[in-house]
Parts: sequence; C-alpha cells; structure tokens
Amino acid sequence: MLASNSLMNADWYLMRASGVVSLILLTATFVMGIATFRRWRPGKQPRFVTASLHRSVALLSVLFVGAHVLSAVVDPDAVLGLVAVVVPFTAGRSALWVGLGSLSIDLIAVVIVTSLLRARIGARAWRAIHWAAYASWPLALAHSFGTGTDASSLWLRAVGISCVAAVGSAVVWRVGAPRAKHLEPTVVTP
Amino acid sequence: MSKSMRLSVDPIRCDAYGHCAELLPELIELDEWGYPMIADEAVPEQLRAAAQTAVAACPRLALRLTREASRRAARTAA
Amino acid sequence: MSVLAQETPTRGTRLQLHGLLPPRSAERYEDFLSLYGRAPRSTAEDLLLAVEQSGLAGRGGAGFPTSRKLRAVRAGRRAVVVANGTEGEPASHKDKVLMRLNPHLVIDGALLAAEVVCARRVILAVGRDGDAASVMQAAIDARPDAGAIELTTVPERFVAGEESALVHHINGGEAKPTYASQRVFEAGVGGRPTLVANVETLANLALLARHGTEWFRSTGTEAEPGSVLATVGGCVRMPGVIEAPIGTGVSELLARCGGLTEPAQAYLIGGYSGAWVPADDRLMLSNASLASSGGSLGARALVVLGEGSCGVLETARVIAYMAGQSAEQCGPCVFGLRTLAARMSVIARVQPGAAEAYGHLSRLHRQIARRGACAHPDGVLRFAASATQVFAEEFSAHLAGRCTAHSHAPVLPVPTSRGDWR
Repeated sequence: MLASNSLMNADWYLMRASGVVSLILLTATFVMGIATFRRWRPGKQPRFVTASLHRSVALLSVLFVGAHVLSAVVDPDAVLGLVAVVVPFTAGRSALWVGLGSLSIDLIAVVIVTSLLRARIGARAWRAIHWAAYASWPLALAHSFGTGTDASSLWLRAVGISCVAAVGSAVVWRVGAPRAKHLEPTVVTP
Repeated sequence: MSKSMRLSVDPIRCDAYGHCAELLPELIELDEWGYPMIADEAVPEQLRAAAQTAVAACPRLALRLTREASRRAARTAA
Repeated sequence: MSVLAQETPTRGTRLQLHGLLPPRSAERYEDFLSLYGRAPRSTAEDLLLAVEQSGLAGRGGAGFPTSRKLRAVRAGRRAVVVANGTEGEPASHKDKVLMRLNPHLVIDGALLAAEVVCARRVILAVGRDGDAASVMQAAIDARPDAGAIELTTVPERFVAGEESALVHHINGGEAKPTYASQRVFEAGVGGRPTLVANVETLANLALLARHGTEWFRSTGTEAEPGSVLATVGGCVRMPGVIEAPIGTGVSELLARCGGLTEPAQAYLIGGYSGAWVPADDRLMLSNASLASSGGSLGARALVVLGEGSCGVLETARVIAYMAGQSAEQCGPCVFGLRTLAARMSVIARVQPGAAEAYGHLSRLHRQIARRGACAHPDGVLRFAASATQVFAEEFSAHLAGRCTAHSHAPVLPVPTSRGDWR
C-alpha cells in the first residue's frame, strides 16, 4: 500500500518536474531560434553554433516533454489516456487545460518531424510549418498554468513569468530585425 | 568512377547567414556584405561530407550540391 | 522625342514588300491588310522550316536563334505564347513605336507563333505607362481572329521584362526574376512550356510568313540576316527609331537622324546593360563589326555621346539608376550595385577619395559577377567596365582632380518614376 503510494507520488513529482523543465527548455528553444535568425553569436564562436544549439535544445525538450507525457499517462490520478495526449480536448478531467498541452505537443511534433526531414519537404513547406512553433509555446504556457495543483504556487509563477519575459524579449528582438536585402532608396546621383 | 559534384547557391533564397562559409572555408568565402562566394571547382572527395553538412545546415536551404555545373552560371554569364 | 517612320531601303523585287515600319498609316486593320495582305496559310512545320532557313534571331537583345526557341516550346504540351512588348530599357523605344505604328503585324506574329508551338494561350505584355496598352487593345478588338489574345500590363521596371520575371508576374507574382531549376520554355506560365518572344521578333515572323526566306535574307549580312529596328538618341538632330538592315553603317544611321549636333566621342550600344564603344562612324550595325570594339547589338539602343559631355558622369548616373532598379532579391546585386554606384559617384563628382574608389572597382567586379539570379548585375558590370576603357582619359582626369567636359547636362535618359512590382 505504502510502496505503491510512494511510486504514485514519485510519478506525480516526475510529471510536475518534467513539465516545468519542458517549459523552460521550450522557452530556451524559442529564444535560440530567434537568436539564429538574428545572426547572434556567443563571443567569437561561429554562427552555426547558435543554430546547432537551437536544434539541440529542441531535441532535449522533446525528451522532457516525452517524460512529462509518459508520467502523466502512467499516473492513475491524472486520468489521461494515450488518445487524449495527441487529440486535444478529449481528456476526461481538466479537458481544456490538458487539451492545450495536447495541441502544443501536436504542433511541436509536426515542427520536429518536418525539421528532421527538411531537405525532403523543401524550404517553403518547412518554413510555413515552422511558424507553427510560435503557436506551440503559448499553448504550453497556458497548459502549465491551468493544470496541476500547484498552479498558483509562487515558484511556478516565478518560472512562468521568467519564461514569458524571455519569450517577450525574443519576440521584440525578432520584430526589430532590419529588412534583409533592402537599402533605403537614397538617390546616389552625381 | 564518381561523378563530379558542384556547390551552388540560390542567390534569392540566400540571406547571408554565413553558416556555409564557417563549415566549409576551403570552398566558400564571404564577400564584403556577408554573401557566399563559392569556388568554381568540383568538390573534392575528402570535402564531400563537409559539403553535405554545409548544405544541411543552411537555414534557408539555399546551398545545393548537384551533379553538374549550375545552369544559372551559364545563363548569367551573358 | 520625335519619332520617325523610315521606309525600308527599296531593293529590286522588294519594292512592294513592306518591312516592320509601314510606309503609311496601318493602325486600322483595313489599312494594314491593304499594305500587307493576309499571311498565307501554311503548316506549322513549313513555317518553322522557313524560320530556320531565314536565320532569324531574337530581336529583344539576347539574339537567340528563334527557330530553336520555337522548336523547344513546340516539343512541350499546351504551350503558351507571351509577346514581350514591355521594353524596360529607357534608351530603347523601338517596341513602343512598332506597336503604335504596326500593331497588327505584331498580333499576326503572335498568332503565327501560337500556331507553330500549338499554344493554348497567347498573352501580350506591355508596360503600364504610355499608350501601348490602349493601342494594342484597340487593335485586338478590331479583328475577328485575335479575340483570344490576353493583354496584360507590367510595372515599369528595368528587369520586369526579363523572361522569368515576366512569367512570374503573369502567374500572379511580382515582376521579379526567379531562380527556378527549369527555364520558361520548359515550365513558364501556369507551369506550361512558354515562348517569350520580343514583339519585333514576332513581327518578323509575320513578315517571313508573307514574303518568304529569300526576301528576309536579301538584306542584312550572311551571318546576321534581316533588318532591325534601332533607337538612336543623344547628340543627333532627330532622335528616333529607324528600320535598317543589319550591317548598315553607323554613318548612314546618323545621317538619317539628321546628323550630329556636335562631334561624337563615344556610342553606347545595347542600352544600359550594353557597352560603350569609341565613336567611329565606320562601325556598322552588326555584332561582327561591333565585337572588335567590345560591343554587341543587343536591343539596338544607340546613344551618341558628344565631345562636350562627360562619359564618367553619364556612366555614374546610369549606374545609380540601375542600382535602384535591382529587384532586391540577391545580396551581391543589392549591395554590390549600390556600392558601385556610390564609388562611381565619388569619381564623377571629382570628390576626395576618388582614387581609392577607382581602386575598389575591380574588387567590386569580382564580388558581383555572375552572383545574381538574373543578368542585371552582369549587365551593369559590362557597362561600367566598358566605360573605364573607353573613357580612360576622362577617368584619369577625374582622379587627378578635374572634369574636362563642357556640359554636365544629362544625355542618357534616366526615368525617375519608381512604380511597384505587381
């Protein structure tokens, strides 16, 4: 009795922890993506390192999202079927908040798969789908706030706010990018 | 006998990220505005793998590795 | 600018066979028919053979053998014909004049080309400004056989008439060149094999169908047969468009334009992506003759630069214009041409740093050459390189601190309207 209780507890903690780490990693992925676009380089490192980091952090977040989902499915308390993981808004309890997570995972999965097969699907299709990444993050954030029993705890809110701040700054950074291949129409006539 | 491979860049897609020149400095250098200038020669056997890495790494998928010389080269040479 | 309609030089049996520019008004269909008659019915293969034997080459500037182009498109299915009357080159007016004076010859040519390549669609593309659109539409409406021709107008940009740009615009995009893996003769309008032909080339096709190969080859040279339309501008008394056999001497051309208003120092031949050649009225209007001076016919836009003008200044002005005409798709073109324009401006204005700017030119050349998706930057480089050769003395003077010209009034026309890309 006590042993299975501890297991359930452990699983519950794993689900919570991996969820938080996932959100942080997804935030980091988002920021690294913008950094790649903005041609940022850490010190004197070559710029492809930034792109490489973006890819690595993305794959790492997939791992933690995977652990998060698995532990949620295994947890009898959470009442989350495998179907509800990928089909949004079909979970029994807290269908809305869990559904947001499901939707986020769906988008992340599509982005990851298309990125791994980028050369096959062509640049235009890849780019269009990659924009879906922008939607996956707010969905993950909303999911994190809506689900779980410590959604209102101070530390989770602090993490959430930091992530929002990071993404907000990254968005401003993205939007502020100068137009590529464009020069102001100054007339250079003698 | 392996066919000769050539690198070419789609100049419209290219956005001067510069990753290709970092990954394959033997064949690609950047002009003064950050755009790649590709050596007008076949990719030697020992650089094939690096070339493929560079092609995969381009954020815009602008770099291409093809069997023959880019037909654009012939067209814009006029 | 005044416009001349010059009669084709009459030669024996060619007395009643008219050329590209009609001897009198031919805008009304009845008047056109009374001068030119209808094209005799013949099979596509026969017409194709006639084109092949005639040696007709494209009149839009590239000079590609027309029969090869026709064959390539004919090999495809459900082809499209695009008659290119956009003429984005500011120094060239021949297409506009041809369409205004002989719209029906152009339409006939387009319809004949459509028969040869078995085209399902015929599109006529003209520039947005001016009256070409209304004139051609009126001509299309005035005849029973041209109902299927679609008229489309294109932004007034230098590169808008480039074949991939034109096709892209017709397909709903911007009038900017593309970097497709297939040329337009394989996949163009709607993905179909597309023949993009200059309106003067098509008009020649219509003449060929009527007058035959022998007639066509009776003028011009053995290697470059036929007559062409040339736009002559600059320091001549009566600038305009002239129809003349290939191989006509420049002296005769200038005489037909009323002669020079001042002695000439150089000719710009082939428009703004062409080349300067030193003034020499023994030169002839043919690729063979011009090659020795580093020039080529191109679209036969000829501008004469008088001795009192400054070749460096004119070149700098045009390069600034051409830099602004970039489609802004390729880095080396956007930044390279702008830098080139800035350097040339410093040299033209005899500003401090001119020597350094001049030294930068060859490095710029290497960084720009063949690195764009279209030929625009290469055309500018060619134009600039010819200037440094032909005006070498003037460049030296500028680098030494003075301009030797008497007049800085602009000679080469540089349009200021910018228009958009759709």
